[in-house]
Amino acid sequence: MMHLTLNGLDVAFEKGTTLLEAARFMGFPIPTLCHMEGLSPYGACRLCVVEIGEGPKARLVTSCTYPVEEGLQVRTASSRVVKARRMILELLLASCPQSKTIQDLASAHGINQQRFRQEYEDCILCGRCVRMCEEQMAAKAIGFRGRGEKRSLGTPFDKTSEVCRQCGGCIYVCPACQLRCTYTTPEQAICGGCQNLGPPCLEKEAFDDMMCYMAPCVACEIKKD
Amino acid sequence: MERLKSISEFRTLQGLLKADRDPDMTTIVVSAGTCGQASGANDLIRVTKRELLSRKLADRIQLRVTGCHGFCEMEPSIVIEPEGTFYPRLDPKKMVRIIEALSMGKTLPDLFLRHPETGETWEKEKDIPFFKKQVRTILSRNAKIDPIRIYDYIGENGYSALAEVLASGRPERVLKEVKVSGLRGRGGAGFPTGLKWEMLARQGNGRGKIIVCNADEGDPGAYMDRSVLEGNPHSILEGMIIGAYATGATKGIVYVRNEYPLAIKHLLIALRQDEQLGLLGDHILGTDFSFPIQIVRGAGAFVCGEETALIHSVEGKMGEPRQRPPFPVVRGIHGLPTMINNVETWANIPVILAMGAEAFSRIGVDNNTGTKIFSLVGKIRHTGLVEIPMGITLGEIVDEIGGGPVNGAKIKAIQTGGPSGGCIPASRFDLPVDYESLKEAGSIMGSGGMIVMDDHTCMIDVAKYFMHFLKDESCGKCFTCRKGTQRMYEILEDVTLGKGTPGHLELLEDLAHVVKDTTMCGLGQTAPNPVLSTLRYFRDEYMEHIEQRKCPAGVCKELITYSINENCTGCQACLRLCPSEAITGEKKKRHAIDPGPCIKCGACRSVCKFDAVSVV
Repeated sequence: MMHLTLNGLDVAFEKGTTLLEAARFMGFPIPTLCHMEGLSPYGACRLCVVEIGEGPKARLVTSCTYPVEEGLQVRTASSRVVKARRMILELLLASCPQSKTIQDLASAHGINQQRFRQEYEDCILCGRCVRMCEEQMAAKAIGFRGRGEKRSLGTPFDKTSEVCRQCGGCIYVCPACQLRCTYTTPEQAICGGCQNLGPPCLEKEAFDDMMCYMAPCVACEIKKD
Repeated sequence: MERLKSISEFRTLQGLLKADRDPDMTTIVVSAGTCGQASGANDLIRVTKRELLSRKLADRIQLRVTGCHGFCEMEPSIVIEPEGTFYPRLDPKKMVRIIEALSMGKTLPDLFLRHPETGETWEKEKDIPFFKKQVRTILSRNAKIDPIRIYDYIGENGYSALAEVLASGRPERVLKEVKVSGLRGRGGAGFPTGLKWEMLARQGNGRGKIIVCNADEGDPGAYMDRSVLEGNPHSILEGMIIGAYATGATKGIVYVRNEYPLAIKHLLIALRQDEQLGLLGDHILGTDFSFPIQIVRGAGAFVCGEETALIHSVEGKMGEPRQRPPFPVVRGIHGLPTMINNVETWANIPVILAMGAEAFSRIGVDNNTGTKIFSLVGKIRHTGLVEIPMGITLGEIVDEIGGGPVNGAKIKAIQTGGPSGGCIPASRFDLPVDYESLKEAGSIMGSGGMIVMDDHTCMIDVAKYFMHFLKDESCGKCFTCRKGTQRMYEILEDVTLGKGTPGHLELLEDLAHVVKDTTMCGLGQTAPNPVLSTLRYFRDEYMEHIEQRKCPAGVCKELITYSINENCTGCQACLRLCPSEAITGEKKKRHAIDPGPCIKCGACRSVCKFDAVSVV
């Protein structure tokens, strides 16, 4: 067992527990986007930062990737953490303003304006779909390409992947991006999930009130009208 | 080459090679690193060979082709040994004259290095101010050996540190020596090397351990590692073999970027020679110690210099850093304990063992021992590689070694540590060069780039340039690094376009602090340094851009206007050159620039001999 101080509470956790799991277990809320139970921690969205250490050695780390350590001092909502989180949300809002998840998170943190040049991107490159495809579906059909501002997500050379089984897992786990909206332009869809995950959508009349796991799905919304 | 079967065989060979070297033999030493070759060293070598043969001088005068000597601005240059006569900026014709004079035992004073203003000349390399202040423990060997000849290196006491270590049979003694020497990692972070080695030595040796030489040097304008790799690859390999012996490592990897073809070539030759001589591979020098080294070529991503990204790259994955802990020394390449040191760190190891840790620790200052190579570039008289003892001041480097500003300009700042370093203003040139002082001043030691800027450099433009580099080179994994560098670039661009507002500065500063705080690896954590340091020391310049819409350095095109002042003699040189026909005027009368069609290309200013074009 590792003994640490979490927001002033003395707690103990098994070795290997991440700070995020520990904090959530103790009931301290930490917002996340790229983290998902069942997928390996990645640390891309940086939203889950917490402050560790004391005095001049204090620093911010992502709680989803940082393991508990003996004697660690952790603060999940210090002013430094909150300031960083608000800036991250402002950056997210400036890039992906249409995402409901991001809008909700921003609103919950009291962000009601963003000061950067407005962009309209679909994807925040959190990598949930990549890890889902690799770790849970054992397909490795999609991945990251490029680096820096040119980093993007997709199949190699943008060719339809032969290893993709069109399971729709990538769409299911997406926290913020607009993959599920590529319904109208299926050739741009990475796995073609919208086309192939038929029954609930196609037989909408028969399953009128059925909860589709892809909800809210634009396909359904369009049908409804 | 015959394989050496024991340490005593090696010592016999070394004795023979040393006896073979005649220190009084006249030798033409040509500096032919990448910089030398690019400026024509290969022609000099060809001419020298031809002349020596046709004049039948080959038995009296030797030719030695070496790596870079460091004075890159004066390339192609040669040194005549044993006198140490230095001839800068040669061409084949001058070379013929030199050989002719040399055959008669004369020198050519008109070709010596000359100060352009005072007219002072220097004959000997050691008298030149550029070299005088330096302590060249590593670079000096570049001029002594031909990098593709292992016998040159062995004849210059090479591999004797290794032989001694192997003969003593006590790895822990090496660990102690490195620790006592106080050597700190030369890659930039300054982690004590001895401590790192001890950590690796303590790791369990179940499946093997790996040591890596990090030669992924990617800073714009910095090439220290390249010159050592090209000029003296054996010193790095010797350091690695000693390191492996001390820490119990079973495999070595040199991670070098593919953009260094000459370095890779020399490394491959050195590796093959070592293997043939039995200095590498199984049973080194007949002992029980075996150690192979392999070269891995990087595809040139800046971030792969970061150790966890480097590990991913060696494994064949995408070059992306990961969270530490676990540190590479616990879990590295393919899960094996891995220790990564910079090229210069490895090259220091044979030096330490040869001179003794105590003597090494006396170079430099407390806690910052030894020498450090910097690549000094920018708006100064003498650019090149300088090796200085730690702790001398920035002013000494800029004014004495670098020779001060060019054309009467005023030096404004120095940028240390590459793209993620900071700009230190001239008012702080009394700052000693060591890891702590530079960090305190908002910059970093980095791997050793130093870019000098004068009053014709716009600091916002500089910050913008580095931010452009970083937004391309960020791996893109951390959202704050990817978007943060992009947004910082956007704001800086707005400021240079005259669209800045005071709110922009506040936002820029907040964003920079958050990027520094929330990113995972060294690249992201230091990426805001150019912004933060220029904001700290040159806020006035930012305010001038924002409030008065003026660029005091005359760089930001949107904020300047060109005009012709009373110095104009009406020579029409600018008028003829102007690509947009914005200049009007009659012969021998003062011209005028119409700001409308002017595209601010600066052609008129560069062609004017009378300093009549001014920029406001």
